[in-house]
Amino acid sequence: MNRFNAASFVIPAAVVVVSAVALLWLAGTNPWEPIQLIIEGSIGWPPFEEGSAAKVGDTVMVWVPIALASAGLIVTFAAGMWNIGIEGQIIMGAIAAAFVAREVSTARPLLIALTIVAGVLGGLLWGLLVGLLRTVGGVNEIFGGLGLDFVAISLTTYLIIGPWSRTGVASTSGTDVFADAALLPSLERTRLSPLAVALALVAIVGVWILFRGTLYGLKLKAVGANRVSAFLMGIPTNRYLLGAFMICGALAGIAGMSQATGFHYKLIPAISGNYGFLAILVVLLARFRAFWVIPISFFFAMIAVGSSQLDLRLDVNSALGGVLQGVLVLSAMFGLGWAVHRSRRRAEQEMAP
Amino acid sequence: MSGVWAAFVGLFDTATIASIVAGASGLLFATMGETISEKAGVINLSVDGSMMLAALAGFVVAFETGNVWLGFPAAAAVGVIVALLIVFGNIELDLNQVAVGFVLFALCTELSRFLGSSYVGRQPVAVPAWDIPLLSEIPFLGRVLFSHNVVVYLSLLTVVVTYLYMYRTRAGLDLQGIGERPEAAHARGVPVNRLRYWYTALGGALIGIGGAAFTLDVKLGWSDRPTRNFGWIVLAIVIFGGWHPLRAAVGVLLFGALQAFALNLQPEFPGLSQVLPSIPFPLMILALVIVNWKTMLRWLDRYPFLRAVLRSDPPSAIGTRFEVN
Amino acid sequence: MSLELRDIHKHFGPVRANDGITITVEAGTLHGLLGENGAGKSTLMKVLSGFHAADSGEIVLNGREIRLASPQDAIAAGIGMLHQDPLVFLPFTALDNFVLGSPGAIRLDRRSAAAEFKELCSRYGFNLDPDTPARLLTVGERQQLEIVRLLWLGAKVLILDEPTTGISADQRAKLFGTLKELATEGMSVIFVSHKLEEVDELCDRVTVMTRGKVVGELDLPVPPQQLVELMFGQAVEMQDRAEVDLGGPHLRLSGVRTASGLLSEHSLSIDVHAGEVIGLAGMEGSGQDTFLRLCCGMRAPKEGKVTIAGRDLTGKHYHDFLDANLKYLPAGRLEEGLIQGLTVTEHFVLTGDDTSFFIDWDRARGVAKRQVEHFTIKGTEASTAESLSGGNQQRLLLAMLPPRLSVLLMEHPTRGLDIESADWVWRQLLARREEGTAIVFASADLDELLRYSDRILVFFSGAIIGELDAGATNVDEIGMLIGGRTAPIHRGELAP
Repeated sequence: MNRFNAASFVIPAAVVVVSAVALLWLAGTNPWEPIQLIIEGSIGWPPFEEGSAAKVGDTVMVWVPIALASAGLIVTFAAGMWNIGIEGQIIMGAIAAAFVAREVSTARPLLIALTIVAGVLGGLLWGLLVGLLRTVGGVNEIFGGLGLDFVAISLTTYLIIGPWSRTGVASTSGTDVFADAALLPSLERTRLSPLAVALALVAIVGVWILFRGTLYGLKLKAVGANRVSAFLMGIPTNRYLLGAFMICGALAGIAGMSQATGFHYKLIPAISGNYGFLAILVVLLARFRAFWVIPISFFFAMIAVGSSQLDLRLDVNSALGGVLQGVLVLSAMFGLGWAVHRSRRRAEQEMAP
Repeated sequence: MSGVWAAFVGLFDTATIASIVAGASGLLFATMGETISEKAGVINLSVDGSMMLAALAGFVVAFETGNVWLGFPAAAAVGVIVALLIVFGNIELDLNQVAVGFVLFALCTELSRFLGSSYVGRQPVAVPAWDIPLLSEIPFLGRVLFSHNVVVYLSLLTVVVTYLYMYRTRAGLDLQGIGERPEAAHARGVPVNRLRYWYTALGGALIGIGGAAFTLDVKLGWSDRPTRNFGWIVLAIVIFGGWHPLRAAVGVLLFGALQAFALNLQPEFPGLSQVLPSIPFPLMILALVIVNWKTMLRWLDRYPFLRAVLRSDPPSAIGTRFEVN
Repeated sequence: MSLELRDIHKHFGPVRANDGITITVEAGTLHGLLGENGAGKSTLMKVLSGFHAADSGEIVLNGREIRLASPQDAIAAGIGMLHQDPLVFLPFTALDNFVLGSPGAIRLDRRSAAAEFKELCSRYGFNLDPDTPARLLTVGERQQLEIVRLLWLGAKVLILDEPTTGISADQRAKLFGTLKELATEGMSVIFVSHKLEEVDELCDRVTVMTRGKVVGELDLPVPPQQLVELMFGQAVEMQDRAEVDLGGPHLRLSGVRTASGLLSEHSLSIDVHAGEVIGLAGMEGSGQDTFLRLCCGMRAPKEGKVTIAGRDLTGKHYHDFLDANLKYLPAGRLEEGLIQGLTVTEHFVLTGDDTSFFIDWDRARGVAKRQVEHFTIKGTEASTAESLSGGNQQRLLLAMLPPRLSVLLMEHPTRGLDIESADWVWRQLLARREEGTAIVFASADLDELLRYSDRILVFFSGAIIGELDAGATNVDEIGMLIGGRTAPIHRGELAP
C-alpha cells in the first residue's frame, strides 16, 4: 500500500517539476523566478509577510468559488454525472445575484441574504435544467450542460452591452459597480469576505457529511454506481439525479454570487473565471474526497492569482499557471492508473496456484 | 422583420454558399476525425484543446519555415500525440476516456496560450488559392465547390473518403465492429485494441489538421484561443450526424449557415453585434437536444424513413474499455 | 479433422478452471462435452478457440501441435466457435455480419458475398435475408448466421457452447439436423451442454467434466443414469413437496394483455395464492420476462387489472408495487440487483427499514455482520458486492429481502450456482413460502421447475400455452410444450 501511495504522489510531482522547468526553459527564464513570483503574487514572499493581506484576500476569494464548485461536483460525480454545465450554473448564480444587487434596495443584511438566495436559485434552476434534459429528454448531460453554458455566456454578454450597460457607454468591460449595500462585507483593505469563506467551508463539510453519514448520500452513490439496481431497490433514481444537479447548481450559484458581489463587485463577461472547469480538475485530483478539495483548491487559487503577475513582471505568459494545473492532474491520473495497474498485476501473480 | 427575411434569403446567394464551404474545412477535418475515433469506440473529448494546440503547432511551423505545407504535418502530429494519450490511458491503465479527454482539453488550451503568446497577431504565409481547371467553370457548382484552395478540396475529399472507407471496405467494417461489439470483433480475429490505437491516432491527426486549417486558412493568423468552442461544436456535430460521415458533413455546413445567418443579421440588430456571433453555438447544441429528445425519438419510430435520416444511435461500445479475457 | 487436447491447465486467480484436461475428438464425429455450470467446459472451449491462452498443455490438430494465441490463430487452424450468446453485431445487416472479419480484398464486394451467403444458406436450408439487421433476427437465426459464417471461413472443427438455450424447438431440430449432416461431411463437432438428453440424442461420444477435471469419457448411447452419476456423483431423487395450505390470492392478473409484442395476443388471468410456487417455463425470450414485468408494474398492461394483496395497482409505478410488499429479482445479480463498489453493509442500509436521515454505522455493521453469518455469506460485512462469488451474491440478495413478503418474483434463482448453493437458495425460498409468500420464478432448468413448483406456466413465442399441475406432469410433457408442440415427440423424429 505504501508503494502505491508513493507512486501516485511522487510521479506526478516529478512530472510537474520537470515539465515546468522544461517550459520555462523554453520561455527563456530560469525556473525558480516564476515559481517565486506565483507565490509572491498570491500570498506574498516570504509567505504572509506584512502587507500581503490584499493578495491573500484575493487568493482566498478565488479559492471560494473553486471550492464551492468542487464541493458541488463531488455530488454530481457521485451520481455518475459529468456536470460540464457547472460553468453555466456559476454564471446564472452571478446573474441572479447581480439582478438583486441592481434592482433591490433594502437594509444591507437583508439585501445580502437576498443576493445569496438569488445566487442559489439561479444556479439551482440552471442545474435542474441540465438534469431535466438528461432524465426527461435523454440528452447526455455533457452536451446539455455545454449548450446551457453557451446560453449563459451569451446572456451575460447581452446583459452587459444591452439592458445593464454602463451609464452612457456600452462596453464589454462590465456593468456599473453595485451599490455598497449589496456587496459582501469584507475585511479591511482586502476583498476577503468571511461570509463567503464560511459558506464554502460549510458546503465542503456538508458534502463530506452527506456521503459519510446520510442515507441520501448513500442512495446518490447507489444511483451513480448502478442505476438499474438502485431503481429495482426502490430508489426513485430520476429524482436523485435531479437532486444531485440541484445541489451542485446551488453551490455553483453561490460561487457565482461570490464572484459578482464579493470579488468583481459588478457583472463582467467572464464572470465565472473558468473556475467551474478548474473545479473539475480539482475534483479529479482530489479523487472525489471532500476534504482534499480544501488544500487543492487553495493551491489552484494560488496559481490562478499568482500567475497573473507573470505577464507584467517576467514577460512569461500567465497561462503557465493553467498549464501546470493541467500537467499536475494529468500526471496524477496516469500515475495512479499505473500504480493500480501494477498492484493488480502483482495480486494476480500472487493468486496463481 | 424584413431584415431577418433578407438575412435568410441572403444565405442562398452563390457567394455565401461558397464562403460557407470555404469556411467549413477546419470543422470538416475535425468532425471526420472525431467520427472515426468514436466509431472505433474511443471518445476524444479533448478536441477543443487539441485542435487549438495543433492549430498553434501548424501556425508556428508554417510561420518559422515560411512553408505553409509543413504546418499541416506538424499539426497532425500534435493531434496524434494527444489522441494516443487518451487511448493509452484507457487501454493500458483503465482510465476513463472522458476524464482524460477533459483534462487534456484544459491542458492543451492553456499550453496553446502559453506557447503561442509571442505569436499573437503575426501573419503566416497563407494557403494559396487554386481554382480547379475546367471544373471551376461549371455554373454555380464551380463557384461553390471548385474555386477555393487545396485545403478546402482535401476537406471535402476527406468526407467522401471517410464515407467510402467506412461503408465500402472490409477494413471499414472492422472499424465499425470494434466500436459496436468489441468481443465479437475479437472473436473474428480482428485485433480490437491495436485498431483502436490506429483509428484514434488517425482521428487525432485529422483533428490536428482541422486546427491547422483554421490558423493557416479559415481564420488566418494566431490570436488568443482562435478555435475556441469549435471543438465542442465538433463533438456535438458528431452526435447530430449520427456517427455517419455524410450526415456529420451536413451538420458542419448547417453550422456554417447558422454563422453566416448571424453575420447577415448584424446590420438588422446593431446592438447585438457582440452576441450574434456566439448564437450558433447554443443553437447547434439545441439542435442536438431536439434530435436526442426521447419523445421525439418515439415519434420518429413511426416513420422509418425519417428515423433513418434523423435518428442517431451511438456505437454500442463507445467510451468503454475492451479487455481480452 | 481429429483433435486432441492433452493435459490442458488454466487457472483464474486461485480457481483451477481446467485442471489437466485430456480429450480426443475423432474426425467426422459429434462429441459431447457434458458438465454442470461451472465445471470448466466454457473455459476449455475458450482455450480451444483462442480466447484464453492455456497455462500449459498441448492442442494437437490432425497429428500436428498448434499454438492458439488469439481467435485469429484458431480461425486459421480451422476451429470455429459458436458462442452461447451468438457474437453478432446487432445493428449490422446479416450480410455485414457474415463478411466482418473475413479475409479478402480491401474493397468489400457485397454482391458476390451475398451470392455465397445465399448459396450456403440454401445448402443448409436456412432462410436468412442478407439485408435484415441482426437485431431483428431470432437467437436461432443468429446462430444459423454464425454457423454459415464459420463454414464459409473454412472451419473444420465446430464448437457449440450451449447452443440450445434460447431457441425454439423447430430451430433446435434444424440445428441438430445440420450438425449431423456436417459430421457426415467429415467435420468434427464439439457440443457443449449441461443437458443430458440433448447430448444423448445428438452425440456419438461424450466427455463428462466436473470441477475442472474429466471424470469420464463414454461412447453413446448409454443409460442416462450412468451419465447422471458421473455428473453429480449420485443419482438425484425427486423430493416430496411439503404440503402448504394455500392462502388468499396475493397476486391476481385479470384479463391482462400488453399493447404489442409478447403477451399481446390473448388476455391472461391468473391467481397466485399465498404459499404457492409458480414456475415459468419456456425458451428464453418467450414472454416470461414480460410476464414478470407485468406482475411488478415495470410494464403497464394495455387492458386488464393487476392486483397485489388485494390492492388494485393497475398502471401504478413499480415503486408502488414494492410498497405492497412485492419484490422482483431479475437474472443479472450484479447488473440488476446489487451495486458494484458498495459494501455488504451499505447494501443492507439501502434496503433496510431504518429510514432516518443519518446512518448509524455501528448498528448497520452489526446488522450486516449478523446477516452475513445467518445467511452463511462467504465474505465479511465490508466486502464489496463484486468481490463475492455468484452464489454468495444470490445469498446477499435473498438476505436483503424484507422479512414479510406477499409476492416474490424471480428469474433463474439458481443459475450458475453450485449444487450446495442452489439447495440453500431453495430452502430459503421454501421457508418464505411457508410464511405465506407467493413465489413466481422463471427457470430454464426443468428439474428445478418440476421439483419446486406447484403449478407450471409454459410460455411459447409470446403466449402462455399451458398451465400444468407440477405433481401430475413430467419432463417430456413440459419439453413438448416448450417447443410449442401439443403432441408427443418420438425419439429420432428430430433427425432429418
